Amino acid sequence: MDKSKLLTISLSPHAFGEFSVRKIMLGVVAALLPAFGAAIYVFGLGAIQVILVAVAAAVFAEYAIQKFILKGPVTITDGSAIVTGVLLAFNLPSNLPWEMVIIGSFVAIGVAKMSFGGLGNNPFNPALVGRVFLLISFPAAMTNWPKPLVNRLAVTDALTGATPLAILKEGIKNGEKVLDLMPQLPSYADLFLGNIGGCIGEISALALILGFIYLLYKKIITWHIPVSMVGTISVFAGILWMVNPARYADPLFHILSGGVLLGAIFMATDLVTSPMTPKGMIIFGVGIGILTVVIRVFGVYPEGVSFAILIMNAFVPLINKFCKPVRFGESTAHG
Amino acid sequence: MKNPIIKTFPQGGVHPHDNKLSAGSPIARLSLPKTVFIPVAQHIGSPAVAVVKAGDKVKTGQVIAQGAGFVSANIHASVSGTVQKIDEVMDSTGYKRPTIIIQVEGDDWIEGIDLNSEIRREIKLNPEEIIKRVQDAGIVGLGGATFPAQVKLSIPKGKTAEYLLVNGAECEPYLTSDHRLMLERGEEILIGVQILMRALKVTQARVGIENNKPDAIQVLTGLAAKYNGIEIFPLKMLYPQGGERQLVKALVNREVPPAPAGLPIDVGCVVFNVGTVFAVYEAVQKNKPLIERVVSLTGPAVKKPSNFLVRIGTPILEMIQAAGGLPEDTGKVISGGPMMGRALNSLDIPVTKGMSGIVLLPRGESQRKEVLNCIRCAKCVSACPLGLEPYLLMTLAEKKFWDRAENEKILSCCECGCCSYICPANRPLLDYLRLGKLTVMKIIKSRKSHG
Repeated sequence: MDKSKLLTISLSPHAFGEFSVRKIMLGVVAALLPAFGAAIYVFGLGAIQVILVAVAAAVFAEYAIQKFILKGPVTITDGSAIVTGVLLAFNLPSNLPWEMVIIGSFVAIGVAKMSFGGLGNNPFNPALVGRVFLLISFPAAMTNWPKPLVNRLAVTDALTGATPLAILKEGIKNGEKVLDLMPQLPSYADLFLGNIGGCIGEISALALILGFIYLLYKKIITWHIPVSMVGTISVFAGILWMVNPARYADPLFHILSGGVLLGAIFMATDLVTSPMTPKGMIIFGVGIGILTVVIRVFGVYPEGVSFAILIMNAFVPLINKFCKPVRFGESTAHG
Repeated sequence: MKNPIIKTFPQGGVHPHDNKLSAGSPIARLSLPKTVFIPVAQHIGSPAVAVVKAGDKVKTGQVIAQGAGFVSANIHASVSGTVQKIDEVMDSTGYKRPTIIIQVEGDDWIEGIDLNSEIRREIKLNPEEIIKRVQDAGIVGLGGATFPAQVKLSIPKGKTAEYLLVNGAECEPYLTSDHRLMLERGEEILIGVQILMRALKVTQARVGIENNKPDAIQVLTGLAAKYNGIEIFPLKMLYPQGGERQLVKALVNREVPPAPAGLPIDVGCVVFNVGTVFAVYEAVQKNKPLIERVVSLTGPAVKKPSNFLVRIGTPILEMIQAAGGLPEDTGKVISGGPMMGRALNSLDIPVTKGMSGIVLLPRGESQRKEVLNCIRCAKCVSACPLGLEPYLLMTLAEKKFWDRAENEKILSCCECGCCSYICPANRPLLDYLRLGKLTVMKIIKSRKSHG
């Protein structure tokens, strides 16, 4: 039989859209480029080293596990390990020793992703699991931040300083008022542009917002999680600030400092570990917002975005169970 | 007077490229084939019962199979000639079905059919006579659903029809048969609408047309000014705009209750496709049974994408040859559009009443891609026009959790294919939803029969 004349039989549909897993993953990487640029400008070679090591280790970990342990198909070309590597690096200080970066990548891919069955099956955001593992294991190295715009050619910075959130936390603990701490804190312009200490990818609000616009334009994410999360933080932090401005920082400071925007735009919106319906996404975003402010204001850690997201990740199956889409025609059926 | 508001449905939907390659080709009459193959089951409901036997001489328009009961449809000879035999022949569903095979010997029509091309405007029949005429003419839903028209025209007790809705959306990519019919037979369609309004005893009719057909919207809007109670509405180009539930929502802002129980009549609407309306015009005003229809023959590599007026029972190969032959690289032949159509395994399959088009896809577009893990992107959830969760229903069907699938409303699925279309991981969502629907329906049936 002439095989070239055979017809394909399959069920409808016979037309398919242009989305693919790889396009989505590469779209996320593209959306991270402005923040990458800001990181290189502010932290220099150190940032490049951490990102390259994290990505290489993440891709290698996925390859090695699939090839030698699972002995199944290798799916590193889907780009998801690259995204995990970049996001992990973005949540690390630029002077973190490379061996710790590798450990972080291995935990992210090996423990948080592959042990649950690989892409799509992990309940927790792999990059954040990697980050939190490092934060708990190496608390000193993970809170040792290089100062912005100095020593950009060195990969390990001698000159380090605290993040704005850490300055605030420490000051308030020592009984100082927010207003008196202000001279030590960077200006809003510096916070917005990224001239501050912190994790590689979180510093520039402007760069992250550019990435957000790109993700929305490419329809990779929807607005629900970032807007509800940032909105909740501004409302919650705003109430505290209005009650006692001497003790609590203003909402704009909360949003622009630390990992709120990186978390809201890139970490909480991770497709795999976020809810499936708009209603669920809003509950998820609100939950992260509340937990973030609670940890920042009342907890021991100066920053709480990573923990807040991981805690809410655990609620996603429950949220999906109770937040159903609006079923067409149900209202008519029940009168 | 153009209606400025472009209407649509509120949730879900996808934007496939519309690829209306044959939109500029006027309807051309296809010459008669040597043999026609007329299946006795071309509609939803009981198959018709053949009333001719091998060796019988038949004339065009003559009943050759009688509808078996109310939910059935008469089948007429689409040519004149000699019945060769009644045999099992594969139709577009992929099943072999009893089929009346007629050797064509010209085109000699039975008495009493008005073959004059003049438009007959005056409607003389009363509602009961109209329904009788529609039933005699074997008219079924020509959009593809093939539901017998007389059933829809007979409003069940306790329900009232307020609106006649006419589907001119033609939201499937490639297909243009409805588009051409609206352009070339607009007046007849509007007379058909008047006939159906009289049969249904309604005073309002709304025609919905996707706004990728501005010429059809303009033509019908111009003509509708002369008729009482008919309004033309442009609809947003969004698949599945022509789905019954989506169309009702867009045109009268009412939600038909979920399938399988809910019907448009539950919210006072009766929906007909423009092709069906045209067939009603011909049946009532010309006494002409449904023996031919417009079929688009199209595809990216087709030499002359065309719209043919084809006699029922003509093998699709005849159309393919008339449109410049089968493209070298053809990998898939679809009856209907690429979103909901069926892939055919032969070019000998005959044209049936529900066949709105044949789409020839090149090999590169014929194969499915490798299935990847679900990345829980929720695109299927936001694309579903019925508010279902296809990713969840697929998992439930895979794991055979039929009770949960039923609770998650798997039976509401209209099989529009938006979920499979949008999935970035190429997951066969709709395949599993179909499997789930069939199984859950069987379970419900056995539950009922066991009391």
